Amino acid sequence: MENETEREAAPMKNSTTVERESEREIVVTRTFNGPAHVVFEAWTTPELLKRWWVPESLGMSWVSCEADVRTGGTYRFVFSHPAFEQPMAFFGRYIEVTPHSRIVWTSEESADGPTSTVTFEEKDGKTLLVLRELYSSKQALDDAIESGSSATSAAPEQFELLDELLVTLV
Amino acid sequence: MVYILNHMVQFRQTRLDASFAALSDTTRRGILERLGASDASITELAEKFRMTLTGMKKHVGVLEQAGLVTTEKVGRVRTCKLGSRRLEEEAAWIERYRQLWDARFDELDQIVEELKREKRINGKRNGT
Repeated sequence: MENETEREAAPMKNSTTVERESEREIVVTRTFNGPAHVVFEAWTTPELLKRWWVPESLGMSWVSCEADVRTGGTYRFVFSHPAFEQPMAFFGRYIEVTPHSRIVWTSEESADGPTSTVTFEEKDGKTLLVLRELYSSKQALDDAIESGSSATSAAPEQFELLDELLVTLV
Repeated sequence: MVYILNHMVQFRQTRLDASFAALSDTTRRGILERLGASDASITELAEKFRMTLTGMKKHVGVLEQAGLVTTEKVGRVRTCKLGSRRLEEEAAWIERYRQLWDARFDELDQIVEELKREKRINGKRNGT
């Protein structure tokens, strides 16, 4: 039982980890200071999902958010961004939804999108969230990383700088 | 998600600093030149640069930390090769992906706090 006179502890910032766990899989983990049913609710209620799925730093805004979070249901998220000519849609199907513990869904906006599985594991009032994104092949994940690494990212410029330096120094 | 990531432009400067520091040494530049020709074991590199194994391991360690060289141990031999740009890009991508989820989860933390508070109030109402 919760002690009601106890002052609410300042929410602690938990850390997020991301690892490429195998040739085909990316794994994200994070602990939340609340029970699993609460985290599940925030993940599966469209009005709540809208508040956290697109952090402000992305500079994107919601055009629409449809999510029928039950086994066999579908979702469709549409966003706009000053840099996009047209709104961008992300969509797929919920393959499995087990209340408070597990959600499995597909990403169908691209041909080789991953199958994602999120699990919520409660312990002592906290919830360990593990999100696994499984790609169909090593190539599919490599390609996703490659296309995400190019274009507007700052990294290529810095690599070019480094390459130039290598040429002159070696 | 990939599109979303492309808008999260952030790259860790420390990684680049490590690269420049690694390149500030003549021997280490020589090692990179040698590995540019072909892969080599620590022993081969130590012989070529007339160094002790320990000394060579240190240099290779600095290059490895900067992501300029990768090493792989097969049996008792540690083979060194030029670090691929692909690995660097993958590390940068994973870090940006982590930042995306971290930013999302920070927002989610707030919602979790709100829901907990609401449920506590409702619980009190229903309970008494």
